[in-house]
Amino acid sequence: MSLKPEDFSCPLPLTAHDTVQLAHGSGGRLTAELVDKFFLPRFANPTLARLEDQAVLDCPAGRLAFTTDTFVVDPLFFPGGSIGELAVNGTVNDVAMGGARPLWLSAAFVIEEGLPLAVLHAVLLAMEKAAQAAGVSIVTGDTKVVQKGACDKLFINTTGLGVVPDGINLSAANLQPGDAVLLSGTIADHGLAILTCREGLSFESRIESDTAALYGLVAVVLAVCPEMRAMRDPTRGGVATTLNEFAKSSGMGIMLREEAIPVRPAVRAACEVLGIDPLYVANEGKLVAVVPAAQAETVLAAMRAHPLGRHAVRLGEVTAKNPGLVAMRTALGTHRIIDMPVGEQLPRIC
Amino acid sequence: MKYSDEYRDPALARRLVGEIANTVTRPWTVMEICGGHTHAIMRYGLDQLLPKELELVHGPGCPVCVTPVELIDKAVAIAARPGVIFTSFGDMLRVPGSRQDLQMARSNGADVRMVYSPLEAVAMARQHPEREVVFFAVGFETTAPANGMAVLQARREGLQNFSALVSQVLVPPAMRALLSAPENRVQGYLAAGHVCTVMGFAEYEAIAAEFRVPVVPAGFEPLDILEGLLMVVRQLEAGEHRVENQYRRSVTRAGNVAARHAMAEVFMVADRKWRGIGVLPRSGLVLREEFAAFDAERRFAVQEIAAEEAPQCISGLILQGRRKPRQCPAFGRECIPSHPLGATMVSGEGACAAYFKYQRLRAPV
Repeated sequence: MSLKPEDFSCPLPLTAHDTVQLAHGSGGRLTAELVDKFFLPRFANPTLARLEDQAVLDCPAGRLAFTTDTFVVDPLFFPGGSIGELAVNGTVNDVAMGGARPLWLSAAFVIEEGLPLAVLHAVLLAMEKAAQAAGVSIVTGDTKVVQKGACDKLFINTTGLGVVPDGINLSAANLQPGDAVLLSGTIADHGLAILTCREGLSFESRIESDTAALYGLVAVVLAVCPEMRAMRDPTRGGVATTLNEFAKSSGMGIMLREEAIPVRPAVRAACEVLGIDPLYVANEGKLVAVVPAAQAETVLAAMRAHPLGRHAVRLGEVTAKNPGLVAMRTALGTHRIIDMPVGEQLPRIC
Repeated sequence: MKYSDEYRDPALARRLVGEIANTVTRPWTVMEICGGHTHAIMRYGLDQLLPKELELVHGPGCPVCVTPVELIDKAVAIAARPGVIFTSFGDMLRVPGSRQDLQMARSNGADVRMVYSPLEAVAMARQHPEREVVFFAVGFETTAPANGMAVLQARREGLQNFSALVSQVLVPPAMRALLSAPENRVQGYLAAGHVCTVMGFAEYEAIAAEFRVPVVPAGFEPLDILEGLLMVVRQLEAGEHRVENQYRRSVTRAGNVAARHAMAEVFMVADRKWRGIGVLPRSGLVLREEFAAFDAERRFAVQEIAAEEAPQCISGLILQGRRKPRQCPAFGRECIPSHPLGATMVSGEGACAAYFKYQRLRAPV
């Protein structure tokens, strides 16, 4: 993508270099310039502004939820987002899936020398916006610059902390026979956005990543259903992998209904062309929730009233039969297994 | 979704299933020759809908499955050469050779790249004149025209650094070999709709007449397959044996003439070894002599590499429809998709992988 200064709400800081130099990671004057001109203005908050070796946090009462994730997506910018949004939303969502309110993030950057500073700036702007939308502060961080070829453009690690309210105990081990399995919206948008962008494939309508911070939706759902059993965001490996994890951890079976699975027409068409099953494709703004059957309709209504859950569906049920396995009743009335994927999904030859 | 939902309609499927059940009066064994059909049958659970008298056996029509081990070994050997960019369709990357697959070769430093079209490999050769770009030309009559076009394109551009490791196979010789075997059980064929789209079905008329079997080129959607099976069963019950075209929206008797010309210009028919089955006469394609410069086997002098199959693997019998995956002692035990003993467990279109993936339970619910 070509970046022009007018694309940014914040202009690119003026520096002596156009690209990241090894010296930007050396801890000297250039490092200070990178931090002062690029990082601090984006993540401005009092905790970070202390510029000590650590963030010191006032901890609210309750249990902490703590998670970490590293982002290495290629390309850095794709329809619907960039590595910046992913680095914030991905970690914030992992915190939120424990029912926790995300509060703080760390952000560590591994930068390949030669990365245009305009690209770094655009990524940081995306992180700033995403953190604001998610209601989290980036309170500590790190930057390393490595020689050309030692990493691919830019890798970001974020670690997240959040607080779990009393009375919320979400775990895949909680599943009970008869529970309803809910899904907050259409699947496979993110994975297909990346794949079509990376491979230069184009379809009639643009496929955009669904990257979004899910805590708002989580809060709404927990408010109407504190008895929620388990929640997970189906990222890598898709909904199929998440459900298999649920089935294995709980020792229960899960039965899906094929007709219930929501897939956007353009995504479905792209999956058909590439020979890929959307159930196995990554999402970055969806959640799977398991709730007691009696609460299913209430939770669905609450989800659908939230902008991130408009296309929420009841995907299937937890069963005592077929422990540890996920199966699907097809539109034709037959049954098949939805297995854990093996390796990467490889497009078919013919 | 338009152009596919019409062919997955549950009410129409039930009607076709009812008609098949009403037509069948005694046991019949029908082979779907193509792995794409096997995959669709398992994915949609169509076998669960059919009367028990109608047995489907799975044919050798999976290009990944029938590519001989030594060709994978040759691919790995070529990919390991310095300066080579080895390109392949995705599903060949995990097929086990005797010691390595192409993904392992990549992790050992080989430059192995997945492509969606052979023309991408030609473009790489153009962009990297200092490198040798090799394309793994695998497949049936469906991939041969495009793979041939890539060679023609490379010649037109005068590219000196492009070559193809060819493993092209043909469907009709395999159908004949299966019917000629003394232990043959196949009484009718569901032929591959996409192969017939390219080749037409004139050459199947001779097979239907000579071996007295119905042959029905069929599409890959559930209604295509069910309608195709109904056509086969009706012929069997009536004692008929002819080619009947189910896939009329795509297949004509003459096929795609331009594609067949491109194929014939670049390739010629030759004996080919099929993994698990052995050498079948005149069952494959090799580059014609005037395209020898584009033949990766000669260019990298790997013709002599030979290899043996894993001894427990019965994929040869499975590919001939003589065993079902569940009849293999290693199925689901020593042999699983993450550790395949043979190629029928690797490709999504291999019968073993399709059984394992979709139908490990006999009757869920």
